[in-house]
Amino acid sequence: MATASPETTITVGRASRMSSVWRQTMALKLPWIPIVVLMVLVICAIFAPLLAPYDPKEIDVLKGVQRTGPVYVSETYSSENLLGVDMLGRDMLSRLIYGARISAFISLVSLGFGAAVGTAVGIMSGYFGGKTDAFIMRVCDAVMGFPTILLALIIVAILGAGILNVIIAIMATVWARFARQIRGEVLTLKERDFVVMAVVAGVPSHTIMLRHIFPNVVNTVLIVVSLLVGQTILLEASLSFLGVGVPPGEPAWGIMVSEGRNNLINVWWLSLLPGLAITIVVIAMNLFGDWLRDTLDPKLRRT
Amino acid sequence: MQRFILIRVVQSVFTLLVLSAVVFFGAEQTGDLALVLSTADTTQAELEELRVKLGLDKPAYQRYLNYLGNLFQGDLGNSGVKRRPVIDMLLERLPATLQLAGAGLLVAMVLGIPLGIIAAIKRDTIVDKFAKVFAIVGMSAPQFWIAIMLIMLFAAYWKILPAFGKGGIDHYILPAFTISLFIMAGFMRLTRSSMLEVLDSEFVKFARVKGLNERLVIYKHALKNALIPILTFGGVSFAGLLNGSIVIEVVFAWPGLGRLMLDSIRERDTQVIMATILTSGLLYIVLATIVDILYAYVDPRIRFG
Repeated sequence: MATASPETTITVGRASRMSSVWRQTMALKLPWIPIVVLMVLVICAIFAPLLAPYDPKEIDVLKGVQRTGPVYVSETYSSENLLGVDMLGRDMLSRLIYGARISAFISLVSLGFGAAVGTAVGIMSGYFGGKTDAFIMRVCDAVMGFPTILLALIIVAILGAGILNVIIAIMATVWARFARQIRGEVLTLKERDFVVMAVVAGVPSHTIMLRHIFPNVVNTVLIVVSLLVGQTILLEASLSFLGVGVPPGEPAWGIMVSEGRNNLINVWWLSLLPGLAITIVVIAMNLFGDWLRDTLDPKLRRT
Repeated sequence: MQRFILIRVVQSVFTLLVLSAVVFFGAEQTGDLALVLSTADTTQAELEELRVKLGLDKPAYQRYLNYLGNLFQGDLGNSGVKRRPVIDMLLERLPATLQLAGAGLLVAMVLGIPLGIIAAIKRDTIVDKFAKVFAIVGMSAPQFWIAIMLIMLFAAYWKILPAFGKGGIDHYILPAFTISLFIMAGFMRLTRSSMLEVLDSEFVKFARVKGLNERLVIYKHALKNALIPILTFGGVSFAGLLNGSIVIEVVFAWPGLGRLMLDSIRERDTQVIMATILTSGLLYIVLATIVDILYAYVDPRIRFG
């Protein structure tokens, strides 16, 4: 150690600070491909009205009708519609871009609320302990043990289809995962000195939970969010595909796959493209989530 | 052990009761059963009469208890749309779902386990990398989309397999393969890591040092021990397959429970919605409980943990 340190202090001068930041960034081994894919998704979602060449719901029957006969890729390709049009003459590229918006919106909102509810429940459950904690954890086990699609279908069956109800259905399936994970962290956190001291000093419970415990579980919340985004996008797409999610006619990826399946021979890309978009985004999100977990908290690996 | 089983069974019964309550009171919100059963020319008086006949004039908790009572006698009410006993419809559809899930599990094991073994033996080679990519895609691609792409290739273009419906063995190939993909990836990853662990253990090293033929080492010594966690996963995933089949049944027009559930949700056929959800829940919970108990039997740490 002693022999190595003079050398390093000489090389790290002011000029090389930038390069050291660069090296540290590189040392994180950022998953570049997933990051680029997700950035494209986010940009499409935010700037959809600017990026999309056409209105995704604008029906142009004349263009659509021409495609109902046996057509081939080369015939539908035109400079006007880069990825062709669907059976009703709606521009595919525009619909795909708006589809990114729907996927991103639904998964972020539902995960956001799910994380908020789950984190609050998890912190309180872990902090207060006792019978309430035991009961809440049983409920979490039941929710997590149940297949998500069935749980979501129960809720959609009761509430009906629609974007808001899909969000509620997804929330109902994800909150328990946050609650269970956070509760475990809180159990060890509340034994730590800074929490015990706060209790001794007479700090009210809600302040301890908000000021002292919550900041320490934020990392975990982020990891769980990133690991669940892919699943959430898949769940939303499945519900929309089944016709019990986003209302028909909306440019959601799941609906587009469903609409395209009646003309697989003639216009196969109507189903292929939106499904491919879902797959690429979910793969990217899963890889990114794995990376975030390994970097922020390797001990979560087992769960 | 008996205490563990008792606790686990009580828990399952509790979960089922909660599920039935949620479904029952949720279904109440979706609409008036009397209105569903009535026709356009039903008078107000007839409607009231129907309500009394159906017990809709009684308080909610009493109707719930009645429903549970009938449930235990195998009476799930009548379908409002099809106008026939729900229990008959369930029994008609259940075998198809079980067969599909069984076929899916079989395909997943037959393909997933050998792939995992090969990936472990040829660790870090191109085969291993291919298997890894396959697993990632299998877990990330939406099943309904894979199903449609397979239909497009095998049924629409090449015309070698039927696209939908239930019939001979060829009708099973596409749906069983699609439904198996997700857990096949799981089988593969699990087999790979389990094999790697066992291949690294002392008794396998000893077998090698002894000069045993490599094939014998892998199949007789390593695989046998690696199989334990894999088989447990099989139990859990069968339960998952049953419910994963909802989407697959819809795409392939498979006459199973999942499609019945979805049709009933679309038609707002309350009695059938309740029955299909409860049946799926029951199947899942019973299977998961059995797997848990078996697992605890094999691994004492679970029992006392």
